Amino acid sequence: SEDQEEIQEAVRTCSRLFGALLERGELFVGQLPSEEMVMTGSRGAARKYKVWMRHRYHSCGNRLGELLGHPSFQVKELALSALMKFVQLEGAHPLEKSKWEGNYLFPRELFKLVVGGLLSPEEDQSLLLSQFREYLDYDDTRYHTMQAAVEAVARVTGQHPEVPPAFWNNTFTLLSAVSLPRQEPTVSSFYVKRTELWDTWKVAHLKEHRKAFQTMWLSFLKHKLPLSLYKKVLLITHDAILPQLAQPTLMIDFLTRACDLGGALSLLALNGLFILIHKHNLEYPDFYRKLYGLLDPSVFHVKYRARFFHLADLFLSSSHLPAYLVAAFAKRLARLALTAPPEALLMVLPFICNLLRRHPACRVLVHRPHGPELDADPYDPGEKDPAQSRALESSLWELQALQRHYHPEVSKAASVINQALSVPEVSIAPLLELTAYEIFERDLKKKGSEPVPLEFIPAQGLLGRPGELCAQHFTLS
Amino acid sequence: MGKAKKVGARRKTSGAPAGARGGPAKANSNPFEVKVNRQKFQILGRKTRHDVGLPGVSRARALRKRTQTLLKEYKERDKSNVFRDKRFGEYNSSMSPEEKMMKRFALEQQRHHEKKSIYNLNEDEELTHYGQSLADIEKHNDIVDSDSDAEDRGALSAELTAAHFGGGGGLLHEKTQQEDEEQGKAKSRKELIEELIAKSKQEKRERQAQREDALELTEKLDQDWKEIQTLLSHKTPKSENRDKKEKPKVGAQPAAQGRTARLLTKCWRSAERLRRMLGKDEDENVKKPKHISADDLNDGFVLDKDDRRLLSYKDGKMNVEEDGQEEQSKEASDPESNEEEGDSSGREDTEESDSPDSHSDLESNVESEEENEKPAKEQRQTPGRGPTSGKGRAGKAAGDELPYTFAAPESYEELRSLLLGRSMEEQLLVVERIQKCNHPSLAEGNKAKLEKLFGFLLEYVGDLATDDPPDLRVIDKLVVHLYNLCQMFPESASDAVKFVLRDAMHEMEEMIETKGRATLPGLDVLIYLKITRLLFPTSDFWHPVVTPALVCLSQLLTKCPVLSLQDVVKGLFVCCLFLEYVALSQRFIPELINFLLGILYIATPNKASQGSTLVHPFRALGKNSELLVVSDREDVATWQQSSLSLRWASGLRAPTSTEANHIRLSCLAVGLALLKHCVPMYGSLPSFHAIMGPLRALLTDHLADCSHPQELQELCQSTLTEMESQKQLCRPLTCEKSKPVPLKLFTPRLVKVLEFGRKQGSSKEEQERKRLIHKHKREFKGAVREIRKDNQFLARMQLSEIMERDAERKRKVKQLFNSLATQEGEWKALKRKKFKK
Repeated sequence: SEDQEEIQEAVRTCSRLFGALLERGELFVGQLPSEEMVMTGSRGAARKYKVWMRHRYHSCGNRLGELLGHPSFQVKELALSALMKFVQLEGAHPLEKSKWEGNYLFPRELFKLVVGGLLSPEEDQSLLLSQFREYLDYDDTRYHTMQAAVEAVARVTGQHPEVPPAFWNNTFTLLSAVSLPRQEPTVSSFYVKRTELWDTWKVAHLKEHRKAFQTMWLSFLKHKLPLSLYKKVLLITHDAILPQLAQPTLMIDFLTRACDLGGALSLLALNGLFILIHKHNLEYPDFYRKLYGLLDPSVFHVKYRARFFHLADLFLSSSHLPAYLVAAFAKRLARLALTAPPEALLMVLPFICNLLRRHPACRVLVHRPHGPELDADPYDPGEKDPAQSRALESSLWELQALQRHYHPEVSKAASVINQALSVPEVSIAPLLELTAYEIFERDLKKKGSEPVPLEFIPAQGLLGRPGELCAQHFTLS
Repeated sequence: MGKAKKVGARRKTSGAPAGARGGPAKANSNPFEVKVNRQKFQILGRKTRHDVGLPGVSRARALRKRTQTLLKEYKERDKSNVFRDKRFGEYNSSMSPEEKMMKRFALEQQRHHEKKSIYNLNEDEELTHYGQSLADIEKHNDIVDSDSDAEDRGALSAELTAAHFGGGGGLLHEKTQQEDEEQGKAKSRKELIEELIAKSKQEKRERQAQREDALELTEKLDQDWKEIQTLLSHKTPKSENRDKKEKPKVGAQPAAQGRTARLLTKCWRSAERLRRMLGKDEDENVKKPKHISADDLNDGFVLDKDDRRLLSYKDGKMNVEEDGQEEQSKEASDPESNEEEGDSSGREDTEESDSPDSHSDLESNVESEEENEKPAKEQRQTPGRGPTSGKGRAGKAAGDELPYTFAAPESYEELRSLLLGRSMEEQLLVVERIQKCNHPSLAEGNKAKLEKLFGFLLEYVGDLATDDPPDLRVIDKLVVHLYNLCQMFPESASDAVKFVLRDAMHEMEEMIETKGRATLPGLDVLIYLKITRLLFPTSDFWHPVVTPALVCLSQLLTKCPVLSLQDVVKGLFVCCLFLEYVALSQRFIPELINFLLGILYIATPNKASQGSTLVHPFRALGKNSELLVVSDREDVATWQQSSLSLRWASGLRAPTSTEANHIRLSCLAVGLALLKHCVPMYGSLPSFHAIMGPLRALLTDHLADCSHPQELQELCQSTLTEMESQKQLCRPLTCEKSKPVPLKLFTPRLVKVLEFGRKQGSSKEEQERKRLIHKHKREFKGAVREIRKDNQFLARMQLSEIMERDAERKRKVKQLFNSLATQEGEWKALKRKKFKK
């Protein structure tokens, strides 16, 4: 059937029909025998009917699962809702015998089908996944989604040697949609109606959820993901994933791998690592060395500059860092500031000054009263290890150079080091997002008290006097 | 009656005990007579007046006083007649006894000389001297004498008194006593007076001579100056500089004064520029606005010049020439003064320190200046004298055809329609005539019209620049008009420029937001930036127009990736502009260094060494990473160094590969030249080698590769050596010493000690009232006590009187009894005798 309308009608009919059958219990319960066997066998007609109907139900489920990959979104949506209805009804009227009293029964196979359909390797299912998101509010569906997702990932990665990015995207969308409740809920909310709750059920415990959550993410992250996904994962790592893991330190593999990728990813990975170190007692000796390595001239020009410095400020906020380390950072930043645009300078100069304020031992960088005169800067910019960079022997001459920056505010900001630094730190939060356009607008709006000063050398032509640079190197013709 | 008088009397004499107290207290130091008032607490700084009392003495004094006053009154209580002394001045306490004697004597004399009778002629005989009675003089002298005796230590000098009081000198003093030597005395007085007159006359003469001398000197100086001035009009401005100092003192003719004023304005302006460059707060220059108003003379000055040019060319020419020279000399001496003076607030100072220095500086520039002068002059004159200038024949014809008056355009379209389709000369003439016809002095609303004209012209310039091909020649000439208009209306001009800059930035910002990166804007924005540089002083620490323009330039260099050869040309132009902006202030531009690094990078063929890291607009790898590499040997060989054309920046349409290669090499040459220009400029920066490190690495690369033409290689080599030769000393940084924070001290609370109790903390009036109440109370008590004592004294007196009277009576009664007894005795004896008989 090609017509969309027809398909939709058919899906609706099926869902109504099998829904009714399930409620009435007219489907075969227990291990399903094969169709031919039952048909040929000499059992009662009722049993034959039930087995047959069960087989039809089964094939209908399969067909609906296929329809989840249909090009039309209406069809997909309908198929999904039909399937979920089946899940709900089947859960309430299980198709297998309960082995003992209080046995937890859930239509796992059917649900696996749903999740498998959602995590399609071929196409982007993000719209459908956002529909599916509402079911994740229920404890049982969430728990089983997590389990099913693990299996789906294992299956797909096992089948395909080259996993298509669409699958990863779908998986990530599904995974990121899962969020655990912060504390043990008093009343579990179940999608499948339950008459009574048993304490032995795993679904009812947050701890089990956490375990499932952890296995889900780890099984996902152990694979080689596309770079864009790394970024997305890292962005939510610190507030969505890490706090809900049963054992957050297990993330270290993933984070160190991300850390070596360079650029913004390493920075984000460092953020995750920082949380592990800070909150979960992780030992990671290379942390600051990695951060130091991230400082290169492009850091002032990239889009994630604000985030970078926000995090760097966070990482360096401890007052227990060794002086050599802070000095190396300050010196490195000052060196980089020599290539920075004004909007970045306005942020990084207070940043450096804050470092010096936090660590009085580093004040020798700007105040060394009886130091010997040196022939060259002892600081080694090529050195990877901050401990070896000899930053503490140096001085921040770069800031002195920046006092002659063309922009008045930068010049003022750099001149702060001429006086003894004031005690309170300058908050750099409002400076992080500063753009050149904002500076421009601010400068335009600023009103001088005096009338606008004018050039007193009369203009002679567009290129100016013959001695000037423009006239030297450019001609009008 | 008695009370008031008594109190008054007591008060009157209250001065006496104060004086008397000291004497007796010291005189009798009998400890038994001293009463010590013990103090409970020793209080520092309190003056005690009553620590020691002398009860005996004070009692005796009080008693004495009472006997003198109260007792007298008491004794005369029933008497109504009064004894009065009617001698002159007897009761006048303000006269000294001597004065009194004098007056009395005079009065007596007067009475003596009064005519007894009008018929007695002989009595009137009086000796006179110069119409004055000798007797009078004598008397007068006498008075003076007595005066001078008293005022011997007065502040008046002897001479003065001599002049004014008729000679009371010390010499004369003795003589006047004797009447015999009256003659001699008169003579000496006369002599004295004559002497005085002579002296004053001499003084007057001297003063006049001095004044004449000064006048002569001034005239002479004026003449000298005139001569020098005539010389000056043909000579270099150096001599003028030299003479500048003495001129203000002389105060010569108005023409020269005007020039001085202008020169001074120039000096002042450069000093002012320096001040703004250093970003000093202008608290010391309070009178600045005044100077601006003197500066405002400037806009009149521009227009004056225009008029003058039309009237008499020669005069105008001279003027123009001088202006140019002055300005160039100023320009040349500016950097000098920059380095020399950290903060020159007084313009005189700058001027004086400038002038000796600038000579050597000028000398070196002379040739180039002389060259420059001619074209400059022509350029300046063409707009004004379009019709008459040599080449403007066609222009003259055109000028004749054009109407002489133009209404100021109300909209941009109007201006455009006026100017479009005309030749360059015509356009300029039209613009000039619009300005003239609508000069603010002619009508009320013209100011606003011309202000608008500036905006329209700016827009027109932008349009011309975006045209294809851009009409740069017209822009070149229009810039002068823009400058003039800007000088007239700084506020509106700056607003207009800000507006176009904001437009350009806004466009770029939008592009960055939508696409993530921007492309280098068209030629119009670059030309606006260049015009900004021409109109406003770019060396200021902060300037309402220039600072945003700098940010704009920085954006152009950081946000716009270089994708084509056209972009390279534009970028280099921006670099050039940037360097011009900071030419005077020598400020540091990180973006520029980055951009030059990028230019060198894309011109390097094999990126073997990675000693440098590129920043944003350039990528280390990619299709544009070898944009400036020239591989064709032949093109390299045929290349000749030339300056880049701005036309290439706008529409570089498919040049041949050879041309493109030549442009590439030229770009590289310009890049290297700019770099070379940067090296000495930033040589003094403390971290110069850190800044130039990556560039140095690239330059060594360039040198290693020999595919470049000879000139470029030499340029590379020289830049490199210059870079290496920049010596650098790394002196450790130190903070300025901050003042030690003083310990917190508690200043003592100062409380006014009041005469009465401790009732502090009320208002002044209240305090005063309380003080008066207190005083009144005390005085009242004192008065009551005194009255009581008076009464006691009186009672004592009355008692003693009564006692005396009783004793007298007793004595008298006794006497009577005695006499009676004797009488009785005698009588009895007589009787007895008689009886016996």
